[in-house]
Amino acid sequence: MFMLPAFTPVANASEAAAPAAAAPAAAEAAAPAAAAEAAPAAAAVVYPPAPKLTEADYPTIKGVNARVAVWLVAQLHLWFGAFVVAVPMFVFIIESIGMMTRDERYDNMAYEFIKVSITAYSLTAILGGLLSFSLVLFYPDLFKYLALIFKESMFAYALLFFAESAVLYIYYYGWHWLQGGNKKWVHLTFGLLLNAVGVLLMFLANAWTTFMMSPAAVDAAGVFNGNTWEAIHNFLWNPINIHRVVANVAYGGSIVGAYAAFKFLSARNNEERAHYDWVGYNANFIAIAALLPLPFAGYYLTAEMYAYSQQMGITLMGGVFAWIFIIQAVLIGALFLSANYYLWCGMGRSEGAYRYNPRIKYIAIVLVAAFLVWFTPHTLVLTNSELKSLGGPYHAYLGVFGIMPAKNTAVNFLLTFTFMSFMFYRRANKVATVSWATTGNAAQIALFTVGLINIVILGVYYGYFTNTVYKVAASIPQVLTTLIIIIVSTVIDTFMYKGAKDVAPLHWGRMSTRSQYALFLLAVSFTWLMGLMGYVRSGIRQHWHVSNIFRDASPDAYTPGLGYAANIVSIGTIIFMAMVIFVFWLSTISGKHVVAKGYWKEQA
Amino acid sequence: MTQKRRIPRLLQMVLIILGVYFSFILLFDVVLGQLIPKSLLTMYMLFVVAGVVMVFTFTEEGAQELVGPIKALVEDPSKKTVRNVVFVIVPLLAGYYTYSSMMPSFEAPMELRTIHPAPPTKFKAYGKSFNLATLENPYRKFQKEDPAKFSELVKAGGDVYIQNCQYCHGDKLDGKGPYASGLNPTPLNFQDVGTIAQLQESFLFWRIATGGPGLPAEAAPWISSMPVWQDFLTEDEIWKVILFLYDYTGRAPRSWAHE
Repeated sequence: MFMLPAFTPVANASEAAAPAAAAPAAAEAAAPAAAAEAAPAAAAVVYPPAPKLTEADYPTIKGVNARVAVWLVAQLHLWFGAFVVAVPMFVFIIESIGMMTRDERYDNMAYEFIKVSITAYSLTAILGGLLSFSLVLFYPDLFKYLALIFKESMFAYALLFFAESAVLYIYYYGWHWLQGGNKKWVHLTFGLLLNAVGVLLMFLANAWTTFMMSPAAVDAAGVFNGNTWEAIHNFLWNPINIHRVVANVAYGGSIVGAYAAFKFLSARNNEERAHYDWVGYNANFIAIAALLPLPFAGYYLTAEMYAYSQQMGITLMGGVFAWIFIIQAVLIGALFLSANYYLWCGMGRSEGAYRYNPRIKYIAIVLVAAFLVWFTPHTLVLTNSELKSLGGPYHAYLGVFGIMPAKNTAVNFLLTFTFMSFMFYRRANKVATVSWATTGNAAQIALFTVGLINIVILGVYYGYFTNTVYKVAASIPQVLTTLIIIIVSTVIDTFMYKGAKDVAPLHWGRMSTRSQYALFLLAVSFTWLMGLMGYVRSGIRQHWHVSNIFRDASPDAYTPGLGYAANIVSIGTIIFMAMVIFVFWLSTISGKHVVAKGYWKEQA
Repeated sequence: MTQKRRIPRLLQMVLIILGVYFSFILLFDVVLGQLIPKSLLTMYMLFVVAGVVMVFTFTEEGAQELVGPIKALVEDPSKKTVRNVVFVIVPLLAGYYTYSSMMPSFEAPMELRTIHPAPPTKFKAYGKSFNLATLENPYRKFQKEDPAKFSELVKAGGDVYIQNCQYCHGDKLDGKGPYASGLNPTPLNFQDVGTIAQLQESFLFWRIATGGPGLPAEAAPWISSMPVWQDFLTEDEIWKVILFLYDYTGRAPRSWAHE
């Protein structure tokens, strides 16, 4: 039976050093030894070498660009897939909160989210099918090569898809049936099962993708000499798994946030507006909560790519794709700014917000300053006169912001101050009644101050005055500092505001339309960002189907211009958003009941 | 008692944005003496404007106060003259901006040059093949094992550098050699924290040995004027000069191993 062993990510780039150095070379060095060890298995299955193709080996359809077709379909499948895998995760948590608090609003919200994801699930499956057909049609030799290596996992994937569908349908259609007492526990268990199957499906598909980037158990000719697990557990599998799980939750949160904004803007009465305002708030909370660890998951993935191959690392961050990272920085900026703006607007729901409003501008100053550092490129885009004036492509003062230690420091500031926005929002409507409130506030100020100083010291000293081992490793204590600030502050706040007085009842629905567009911006930025970064992840293989062992010989075996790539991703984003709006609209009409008087025959 | 007069919010916002803009120019172009590139300033201002607008509009009252004068300008019959003036000036300014941006100039266009070329997996030099993933500086081990020998190797590398490299890269390794001003792009500044400190020694070996012509075809055209040093230096000399580059700048090569 096909089984996955325990999930054991590599701790960091340096730990991964040995396999990293060996990985591309594994082709030659490991082949004889592995072949000898795997002799009994090899006797049973002999794998062919990677085919050496020519242009004639790629079927064509007149008027269809194979690369663009597969690119768009794969990307659309991934967008919907990410949403569908993510939604059950927070639906499970929201349902649990509802069970614990016995507040039915949470149960209703969880049901509404899963209802939206049901239509998206069909679209994911349709697009997945389309992707498989497109690959078989346009890249038959590649598909055959991968299918031979991954035949067990592909078969398991197909079977798991049945399981996923069955569990999802029981979970959704049984929602109102499995209510109360033990039945609710049974329902929640289905939710857990749904998540387990969904994540497993994603991990399997990730293995095929990462094998193309960092092939494992193959020799120089591409002859596979390992087993299924070795192929799955390739060098970049776990880093991608971690990154995708976290990113999917943030992405799913942003899409349901857009759904809430859509419903808020089309609400017909105050009750509906209040409900969808509350839903939007929760969705934004989910997106922000997952957004906080996301930069670190991304950094870990990139560090591992660099550790796997300096060629890949330099192509990614310093070479041809570096400019896309500047766009990425701008989009991440848009994400953080829109999430913060939504929180600040949300303070308008409370009568007590005026106490915190004057402080918002300081948060904004820090956020913007951190962004300026975040997207300052190391190599500048210069006119010739500027180049002459500066004496080279690097700026004497701004150049230091162009490398990762500065970016890591900036992103930790972003996260800390975004958390501060959230704290202000939570406090806006409350007045602490505990006797030690002043001490508690002082402790929090001290915590933030010391933490931020520590982040700067780690970034500046280890980032600029030590070697790369410490430079990369310093990012871990930086993250831990941010996490400690967030966790300790939350604990202090929880006790300090226990039994706190409400200034006045919260006015759910008292939100500007501007804030709802911020939620839309969050979803669109996320979608675009995923598309661009997905292209980069795939594009760093350059002219290889499978890195360094299986060459792409199709007419499109070149890295397209950045503008062209950005346009394709933008077209994909527009198509996806149109499909998402369609999904939202479907959820609107599903609740409508028209009484067609005189149409039906009267029953006796 | 007279009420304190406040600057209208719209004007406040405009003044803040202009203030930040001119502060950037003042700080970099005048005080620090390193101009702020136009492309970067545009990006900076995009986020500054976004941040300022967000602060001015996150409360309903603030937003209304901000757009109030604009609404009045468009709707208030008593502001007819001002409206007409604004409606003439704004398109003229937009036209002027468009004209100046589109007007052909004699200056060569900006280019998004890829400064850090991606290395190949393998390359050929000195009649043999080198694998960049496993290639290491054979002398690096002496840094710990035999510091005296290591110093000699560094010194020998320094001699190679002074005889061959300093003409472009400078005697302070800052990219400001005697020939530097004649080259575009200018030679790499090894003192910069973002250059050799970010790279493995095998990368430097590849770049030095194969020079400009050895750069990969994937992101052509390359405009590096770096000579093909394998034609002038021995393999040993290149490894020694690499030791010197790191030693002189006080940087350490990119590595994955803890000390």
